[in-house]
Amino acid sequence: MSEKKRKFTTISIPTPLFKKIEKEIKGTGFSSVSSYVIFVLREILAKHETEEKKAFTKEDEERVKEKLRALGYLG
Amino acid sequence: MSTPHGGRLVNRVLPKKNSEKIQQQINELPEISVSSELAYDIENIAKGVFSPLEGFIGEQDYINILSDKRLSNDLPWTIPMLLDISNEEAEKLKENDDILLTSNSRPIAIIHLEEKYRYSRNQLCTQVYGTKDPKHPGVAKVLGMKELLISGKINLIEEPPSKFSRYKLTPMETRILFKEKGWKTVVGFQTRNAPHLGHEYVQKTALTFVDGIFINPIIGKKKQGDFKDELTLETYKTLIENYYLKEVAVLAILQTEMRYAGPREAIFHAIVRKNFGCTHFIVGRDHAGVGNYYPSYAAQEIFNEFPDLGVIPLFFKSFFYCRKCGGVANEKTCPHGKQFHVEFKGTMIREMLERGSAQPEVMRPEVADIILKWKKPFVE
Repeated sequence: MSEKKRKFTTISIPTPLFKKIEKEIKGTGFSSVSSYVIFVLREILAKHETEEKKAFTKEDEERVKEKLRALGYLG
Repeated sequence: MSTPHGGRLVNRVLPKKNSEKIQQQINELPEISVSSELAYDIENIAKGVFSPLEGFIGEQDYINILSDKRLSNDLPWTIPMLLDISNEEAEKLKENDDILLTSNSRPIAIIHLEEKYRYSRNQLCTQVYGTKDPKHPGVAKVLGMKELLISGKINLIEEPPSKFSRYKLTPMETRILFKEKGWKTVVGFQTRNAPHLGHEYVQKTALTFVDGIFINPIIGKKKQGDFKDELTLETYKTLIENYYLKEVAVLAILQTEMRYAGPREAIFHAIVRKNFGCTHFIVGRDHAGVGNYYPSYAAQEIFNEFPDLGVIPLFFKSFFYCRKCGGVANEKTCPHGKQFHVEFKGTMIREMLERGSAQPEVMRPEVADIILKWKKPFVE
């Protein structure tokens, strides 16, 4: 395998917040403050997941509906 | 309905006029022959089943999937989609080449070669399957792979022929179907087995929380001792016909091979069903497992690592029939002792075949009848 590696970057958070998280994650499945912050950020960002582009046009829809009717999926 | 994984459904099917044009040029292109299984996965990529993948993954995605269970853009993805080639084949190919992918001498797709890279079979086995044991079917497959991997976007020229095409729907089609049925919430059910009452109980329990159920058996290469594809499909058709409301259940297949990668495959299965439009996904005991390679509920616990999966897992414990309760139950719902319980196990089917008669406590008679009449019900 080549030299390609997983990529990370650093962000800053206030030290008191870091300490608060450190205390909070003791005894949980989180191995570090970083893993906790990553989890929370992913959770928040996922709530904003939206469809970039409509997956099908009106014509696609009509063509597909016809097929679904022929196959007995639609009455 | 759920958003496709990565935000949009991939479509890499060449429009007919382009496809005809390509057909005239294919004799000039270098060629790689792929297995039937891989040909079906090429079709799956092209039709958006594996969105956001647009082809075979590059090295950065490969590294990320193995170490973090994510693509290099941070999207959850647990099973690498790989195209392996030999050293000899690699010598003849260079970056930016268009390569014809054929299967059983039929042109299937064009791949635009982006990268060639080496990989470690040991690392691939350990990270994806959690074992290097060659008896594991996934490991056995990896050990037989060629020396290098190539990546690149694909364009489907022609669907590989399938005797199951009547039961195949694309994510675009299921999404339109669910919309037409007025389903806002849909639970996906993955299976490779003929259904017993435990499966039916899980599906109908899940159905009480959502608008519809998408029963989506995997059709494709399976290990010895698994049910044959035709039988799985027939038994489900019969079960749905006799015991489900037509308005709330859809049966269509997913043509891809089983990887038996346990927890990682459970996430992969959930992502695929998300692409089909499912908002929920059923995860039972030892999902996609084989032998004793994975702890019973590892495939449920792995979901804790993915707050951003975009599909809600519904976890179920294992079920049994309780003679005292007079129905299907589990350890949370039944107060009676084990002497009253009939377990749903693979061995019960074999016992049923030996006996030549069904056990109504574990399987619908119509389903059992199909299995009993099937000449060779298991993959040999």
